[in-house]
Amino acid sequence: MGVGLFQYTVLSVLVFLLGALGLMIRRNAIIMFLCMELMLNGVNILFMALARSKGSVEGQVIVLFVMAVAAAEAAIGMAIITSFYRSRGGIGVDRADLMKW
Amino acid sequence: MMVLILAVVLIPLLGATINGLFCWFTKRKAHIIAVPAIAIPAIVSLILLARVLQGERFDQVLYWWIPLGDFRVPIGFLLDELSAIMITTVTFVATWIHVYSIGYMDHETPRGYAKYFCYLNLFVFFMLTLCLANNFLLMFVGWEGVGLCSYLLIGYWYEKASAANAGMKAFVVNRIGDFGFMIGLFLIYKHLGTLLFSQAFASAEQLSVGVATLITLLLFTGATGKSAQIPLYVWLPDAMEGPTPVSSLIHAATMVTAGVYMVARTHALFNMAPLSMEVVASIGAATALMAATMALVNNDLKRILAYSTVSQLGYMFVGVGVGVYAAGIFHLFTHAFFKGLMFLTAGSVMHALHGELNLQKMGGLIKKMPITGWTFVVGALAIAGIPPLAGFWSKDEILAGAFMGGHRIIWAVGTFTAFLTAFYMFRLIFLTFFGEPREKHLYDHAHESPPVMTIPLIVLAVGSAVVGLLALAPHGGIVGFLNRTLGEAHEAAGHEGGLTYILMVISVAMGVAGVVLAYFMYMKRMPDPVAMARNFRPVYTLLYNKYYVDEIYFAFIVNPVVGGSRYALWKFVDVIIIDGAVNGVGRLCRLVGGGLRYIQTGFIPDYAWMILVGAVVIYWIGRLF
Repeated sequence: MGVGLFQYTVLSVLVFLLGALGLMIRRNAIIMFLCMELMLNGVNILFMALARSKGSVEGQVIVLFVMAVAAAEAAIGMAIITSFYRSRGGIGVDRADLMKW
Repeated sequence: MMVLILAVVLIPLLGATINGLFCWFTKRKAHIIAVPAIAIPAIVSLILLARVLQGERFDQVLYWWIPLGDFRVPIGFLLDELSAIMITTVTFVATWIHVYSIGYMDHETPRGYAKYFCYLNLFVFFMLTLCLANNFLLMFVGWEGVGLCSYLLIGYWYEKASAANAGMKAFVVNRIGDFGFMIGLFLIYKHLGTLLFSQAFASAEQLSVGVATLITLLLFTGATGKSAQIPLYVWLPDAMEGPTPVSSLIHAATMVTAGVYMVARTHALFNMAPLSMEVVASIGAATALMAATMALVNNDLKRILAYSTVSQLGYMFVGVGVGVYAAGIFHLFTHAFFKGLMFLTAGSVMHALHGELNLQKMGGLIKKMPITGWTFVVGALAIAGIPPLAGFWSKDEILAGAFMGGHRIIWAVGTFTAFLTAFYMFRLIFLTFFGEPREKHLYDHAHESPPVMTIPLIVLAVGSAVVGLLALAPHGGIVGFLNRTLGEAHEAAGHEGGLTYILMVISVAMGVAGVVLAYFMYMKRMPDPVAMARNFRPVYTLLYNKYYVDEIYFAFIVNPVVGGSRYALWKFVDVIIIDGAVNGVGRLCRLVGGGLRYIQTGFIPDYAWMILVGAVVIYWIGRLF
């Protein structure tokens, strides 16, 4: 059984759900950040798979965009996490509770 | 001619504008602007009157003020015999009242002084607009404008609660009348398709009698408000809270005559509606009698004059109601002189006595203030109808018209009122100027007013004495002159020889009888007025309390309206329904928000959950539809 669109889709969904799950259950800001990258890449896989099966390049272009955005996001996200660490003395997101009611 | 008319109308407006905008600059010198702003139009009015006498007429649209498709209202002026007489009277009397005010308003603050003259000029502007308008809407502008200025001037001493309330009362009562007037205008436009006088009157005969009656009764409702007739006369006695020259100008000489002028102006419509004419004449006669009886027992100098004004306005409405429009306007013309005069003399007395108005505290003042006293006597003789003074000619003209027109009851009421008029006027004179001083203190401090106040008195006294003689001028005199516009309703009226003279003798006899009775009662004390008041206590109490009309209005109209507004509209509709709805929406939002805010945990994974759940829900909703 060859690797086709179906298998890619399943992989993509699994990676995405893995990221989402990690985002929801972990408290470590860096882990959550990585989980978010996982979600993005899960989508990227789907983009690539669909682009290939349809023979078009739009999906690949979008993937490049997503990666660029993810890189920018990594820069900003890491800076936020660094300053968060300095002000709160840790990177557990449960230390950020000023925005609640 | 157009330039002259514009000058007459706009110069007072200019004066008002200057004093209104630059009162901080003109201050005590306000009269330097204000007096010429009336005097020049007065002279121009005389020129215009002379040209109208030669048969000229002016009726022109200057520009279209409201051009809305078929509905077009112009700014335009109409100068004919009627409006020429009106503007001459208004500007002439107003000029002397302005001069008098310089002395009378001497004690005011500088800004108040300028403000006062601004209002006076503005008032004259609106009055001239009213008189010269060639269409109903522009007339209505003047009509409302004089009402506004009346409100401002009655409430001139607005720090005083009674003055502020009197101003409000005048405004509200006038508004009730204006409501009828406006509906009248709507009906005129609906049925005649125009608001121009010339077109409306030319096509007036197309109206059915019913519609004409309705329109004229509504117009007359407006007139009862403005000209203080039953049932809306109640504001005029209270209007005496204003400065006395204002009472003289507005509440005697000019503004209150606007109703009479309007009825005369729309005589083409009134001629179509005999029933309305009857109503006008009856209301006029009833008002004349009622106001005269109220004046009999009052002790307030200015209020007696106010009731006298109401009574004389009743005469004018009798005149226009029985179809002798020219006689009504003639009486308006003579009344402006002698009533303007009498109010100014009353002001002079007040000025001398530091604002004292109670007749019972005066007496013997003629020795201290001879000019004021004797000019007042001239005015009183004029109003009492003693020949050859002004009031005799015009009142006689009205009464003769009523008698000839077959209105015998109205004639009898009018003649009896003439007796009452003479009586209460001379009661006032004997109590104020003759006899022994009753308050030594007040008497000792009394003094004659300065020349700036007495000269207008003398001028108006001369006017009161002689203007009636205009009735004897060639070509039918002033009545014949006015009839060129107004048309003679009764060809034969006043020209039946013997009968006319009998009527004349009766009315003069009534006037003389009133004077003589007042002399015996208040100078000789026989019969003693105090004993009379005791013997006829119910009547006296009724009259003294002004027939309880104010109380009745309060009980049946004002209190229900105020109570209904307070308890039904304010406490229920406003507070419970409107505020309830608005506050209820607010409270609902707070409640819902108060519940929902607990999902804002501030905890990022929770938000992530919500996003995921939300995305899934939206996805499934998208699938469902």
